[in-house]
Amino acid sequence: MALPIQWIPKNPNLKSYKKVFQLFPFARAIANSAFITIAYVLITVLSASMAAFAIAKIRFKGAKVVFAIYLTSMMIPIQITLIPMFIIMNKFSLINTYTSVISPAIFKAFAIFLLVQNMRALPDDYLEAARIDGAGLFKIYKDIIMPMMIPTVATLAITTFMEAWNDYLWPLVMLSDKNKMTLTLALNTLNGQYDTEYNVLMAGSLISMIPIIIIYIIAQTQMKQGITVGGVKG
Amino acid sequence: MKRKALSVLLQLSMLATLLSGCGSANPNAAQTEAPKETVTADQSAGETNSESPDEKAGSDEAITITYANFNASGGNEATLDSMYQAFHEQNPNITVDIETIAMDDYFTTLQTRIAGGTAPDCFEMNIENFAAYASKGILADMSDADASGLNQTALSAFQYDGKQYALPENFSTVILVYNKDLFDQAGIDYPTSSWTREDVDKAAEAIRALGDDIYGIYQPVTYNEFYKVAAQYGGSLVSADGKTFTINSEENIKALQSMVDRVQKTNVQPTEEQMGGMGDWDLFESGRLGMIPTGTWCFNTFTDACDFDWDICVEPGQTQKATHFFANALVVNNDASDAAKEAAKKWLSFLASSNEAAKIRLEAGWDLPAINDMDALSGYLDITPPENREAVFESLDSLVLPPIITDYSQMSDIISDAVSKAASGASTAEEALNEAQKTCEDQITLQ
Amino acid sequence: MANMSKENKKIIQAIPFMLPSVIGMIVFSLLPIIMATALSMTDWSGLEKFTVHTIPDHFVGLKNYAHLLSHKEFWSTLLHVLYYIVLYIPLGFIFSMVIALILNTEKKFTGIMRVLFYIPVLTSWVAASLIWKWVLSFQYGVINSVIELFGMKGPDWLTNRYWAMPGIVLASVWKDMGYYGLYIFGGLRGIDPTYYEAAKVDGAGKFRTLISVTMPLLSPTLFYCLIMSLINAFQLFPQVLIMTEGGPNGATQVMVERIYTYAFSYFKMGYAAAYSWLLFLIILILTLIQLKAQKAWVHYES
Repeated sequence: MALPIQWIPKNPNLKSYKKVFQLFPFARAIANSAFITIAYVLITVLSASMAAFAIAKIRFKGAKVVFAIYLTSMMIPIQITLIPMFIIMNKFSLINTYTSVISPAIFKAFAIFLLVQNMRALPDDYLEAARIDGAGLFKIYKDIIMPMMIPTVATLAITTFMEAWNDYLWPLVMLSDKNKMTLTLALNTLNGQYDTEYNVLMAGSLISMIPIIIIYIIAQTQMKQGITVGGVKG
Repeated sequence: MKRKALSVLLQLSMLATLLSGCGSANPNAAQTEAPKETVTADQSAGETNSESPDEKAGSDEAITITYANFNASGGNEATLDSMYQAFHEQNPNITVDIETIAMDDYFTTLQTRIAGGTAPDCFEMNIENFAAYASKGILADMSDADASGLNQTALSAFQYDGKQYALPENFSTVILVYNKDLFDQAGIDYPTSSWTREDVDKAAEAIRALGDDIYGIYQPVTYNEFYKVAAQYGGSLVSADGKTFTINSEENIKALQSMVDRVQKTNVQPTEEQMGGMGDWDLFESGRLGMIPTGTWCFNTFTDACDFDWDICVEPGQTQKATHFFANALVVNNDASDAAKEAAKKWLSFLASSNEAAKIRLEAGWDLPAINDMDALSGYLDITPPENREAVFESLDSLVLPPIITDYSQMSDIISDAVSKAASGASTAEEALNEAQKTCEDQITLQ
Repeated sequence: MANMSKENKKIIQAIPFMLPSVIGMIVFSLLPIIMATALSMTDWSGLEKFTVHTIPDHFVGLKNYAHLLSHKEFWSTLLHVLYYIVLYIPLGFIFSMVIALILNTEKKFTGIMRVLFYIPVLTSWVAASLIWKWVLSFQYGVINSVIELFGMKGPDWLTNRYWAMPGIVLASVWKDMGYYGLYIFGGLRGIDPTYYEAAKVDGAGKFRTLISVTMPLLSPTLFYCLIMSLINAFQLFPQVLIMTEGGPNGATQVMVERIYTYAFSYFKMGYAAAYSWLLFLIILILTLIQLKAQKAWVHYES
C-alpha cells in the first residue's frame, strides 16, 4: 500500500481475477461453500426458531433458566473451546467431514436470543385465537408465528449466511481434504509467509462477497414486507 | 414442504441423539470410557493418513503419508506439486497428501490437531516454534536422515538436546538494501562490506540532510533486529550454556542505544509519527529512504516497485558482523507409524536436499534451498537487480541464530515490548532492558 | 395423568421444540466448557496429545487464577477493554439507530444505502484494518484532514497511548453499525403499523412518535443489540491485532489477544483457560445486571 493512497488503479485489468480462477479448483470450492452455508443457515433457523418458540410462546416452567444458560454459553471465547471442540469431534470420528463444520449450527445462542426477543414482541392474541380453533402447537409455530417472524428470520438468515460463508478457523481446523475446502479457506492460501499478492487477494475477496450481497438483497425484500404478511395469513 | 421439514428435523434429532449417546457429561463415565475413546482417536488418526500403518509396514509396500506446510501458500503450491511429482516418479510406492495452510493460522491448526491426536505424518516448522515442539516430544529424531548436502549452520539451528529433529528446507538472510540515487545525490560512496554501523550512521545523516521528508535508514526497533544488533556488539540474550538470561548486558544496552539514537537523537530514522502509518517498504519504494536492512524476499517486490537504482550489501556490523538467518525446516511426527516415518524421511530429504527439488525451487524463484552445493545455486546469482547478489552468500559467513529456548515466543514478546518502549522514548535503553531481564526471569524458566 | 398440571403439560409440549438446541448446547457448548474448566486448573501446554491422564497429571489447583489476579497484565487488559466499551457502546448505538431509521424510509436512494451500509460488515477485518490505518493516518488521514478544516490539529491516532483505543473504536463502529442497524431495522419492520396509525390519530409528531411509540416497541431488539455488542466487545480481538498489535507500549492490549497468545503462542493452555474463565465471569456479571435492569426499560408484549 502506498501513501498517499492511490484510489484509482493506474492500469485496471482483469489479470488478478483470471489468476484467482486458475489457482485452485474454484468451482469445487464454491460448491462446498454453498452446500455448507445453506445447510448451516437452514439448521440454525430451524433449531433456533423452535427453541425460541418454546421459550417465548410456550413459556414452560424453567424457560428463563434455560434461556439464561443459553446466553452464558456465548461468553466463553472460541479461542479456548477450540481444542476441546476438536477433541470431541475427533471422538465422534467427524474430523474431515462436512458434518463437523455444519453440525454446530444446531445450537446458535445468538440466533435463539434474537428470535426470543422478537417473538416476545408479538401479541399473544393470534396464539389464543389459534388455540381456540383447535390448532396444535406445531401448526401455530409453522402457520402463525413463523410467517410473522419473516423480517427477523430474514435478518438472521443474512447474518448467519455471512458468518458461515466467511467462517475460517473452524473449517480450517476440521477439513484437511482439499476436495472439501471452502472458498474462504482456499482464498486464504493466497497469503504468503513474507509477502502477499494483494491484488489477487482482493480480487478473491470481492468474488467471495458476491453471494453474500445477492443473499442480502433477496433478504432485504423479505424484510420490507414486514408484519403485514403475518397479519393477513393469521 | 411440511413433511420435508419434519424429516429433516427427525434426521437432525437422530444425529443429535447419536452425538449425545457418544458423549457423556458425567465425569465418572468419561473416565471409564476414555481408554476406549483413545483407541478411536488413534483409528481416526490412521484414517486421515489414509492407510492403516501397521499392515503396510515394509518399504516396498505402497504407503500414503500426509504433509502439511505453510511455505507454499501465497502462490507456490504448483511449485511444491511439481517437486512432489519428481519425488513420486522416483518413489512410486509413496503417495504424499499435501495440505497447504496460510502462515497466520498454520500453527494454531497444527497445535489443535496435535492435541486431538490427528497431526499429519510430517510437516513444516519454523525457528520460533522449533524448540517448543522438540521439547514436548512431538518431533521424531531425524539424526539418521540424509543431511549430507545441507548447510551446517542451518542444520545446527534445528538441533535440540544434541539431536537433529528437523531438516532445514530453505533459508533467507537479511542484507542492507540501499537507494543508489540518494547516495549519488548526497555525494557519498556506496556501502561496502567493510562498513561498520558508524559508517552507516554518517551516510544516513548525509542523506537525511537532503530533505525534510527524506530519511537515512529504517531499521525497526523490534525484537528481531535487536538480537542481531546485540550480536553485532558482541552481546547475546541468553548465556552460552543456555541457563541464564543476559538481556541487560553492557553490550546489549550499547546496541539498543545505537538503534534508539537513530530515531530519537539524530532522527535519521523516522519516528512512528513521522511514518504516519506508512510501511517501511513503501517508504523505500517511494524513493525517500536511503537504506533498509531487510530480507532477501524483498527482491521481486523492489524490482517491480522501484523506479530508481538500488543494490545490496552485507549488513554492516560493529565489533563483529552478524546477519539474520531465517529458515523453515521439515519435521516428522513422532506419533506416526514406523513405516510412515520412514517414508516421510525419504520425502523430506528429497524436498530439502535433492538436486531436483533445489532446481525446481530456484527456477520458480521461490526461495533458496539450504544446500551447500554452490554450483547448484549459481543460477540464482545471474538474476538482477540487485547487481551484488553475491552478498546473500557472503552474509552466510556471519550468521547469528536466535536462542533456541522452549518459551521462545514469550521471551521475544517481552523483549519486543521493552525495546519499543525505548524507541518511543518512554524509557531509556538501560531501563527497558533491565525490566525485560526481570520479567523474563520472572516468567520463564530456562532448562 | 388426566389431571396433569398445566405447567407439566407445557414442559412436555416444549420438549420436541427444545430438543435440537439442548443437544447442541450440551455437545458444542457444555462439554467444551467443562473441559476448558478442567484445563484451567492444570499447567497443560496444549502442545501434546490430550488423553485421560492429561488433567490429573498436570493438575495445579487454583494456581493459574491466583497468578492472574496478582499480576498487572490481567487488570490492565481488563481496563483497556472497559475503555473500549465505554466509547463503543453509545457511539455504536447512535450510528446503528440512525442507519436503521434511514433504511426504514422509502426514499429514492434507500435501496443503494441498504447495500452501502452493509459493505463494511462484509469486509474482512484484514481489509478493514488496512483501510482504517490509512483513514487514521496522522499526516495523510481523512479524519485528520477533516479536523484540520476546523483549524485544529488531529491526534496521532494509532501511535498515541490515549488515542489508539478511540481509533480502534471508530473503526469498529464503522464496521459494526450496519450489522446492528440491520437488526434494528428488522425490529422496526416487526412493529405493527396500527400503532403508528393510532399515534397519528392522536396527533403525535415525528419525534414524539419515535420516543413514545417506536422506542418502547423496539426495546426488545435494542436489548438484544446491547447484550450482543457487550459480549462481542469483551471479545475484541482481530482489529486490535492488525491495527496496533496491542501497541503503543501495550496500550491497546486486550484480553482475548492475551488468551489466544497464551494458548497458541506461549503454549500455556491451562493459564489461557483460566484467563477465559475470568473473562467469562466478568461478562456474566455484567449481563446478569443487564437482565435485571431490563425490567425498567424493555417492554415485552404480554
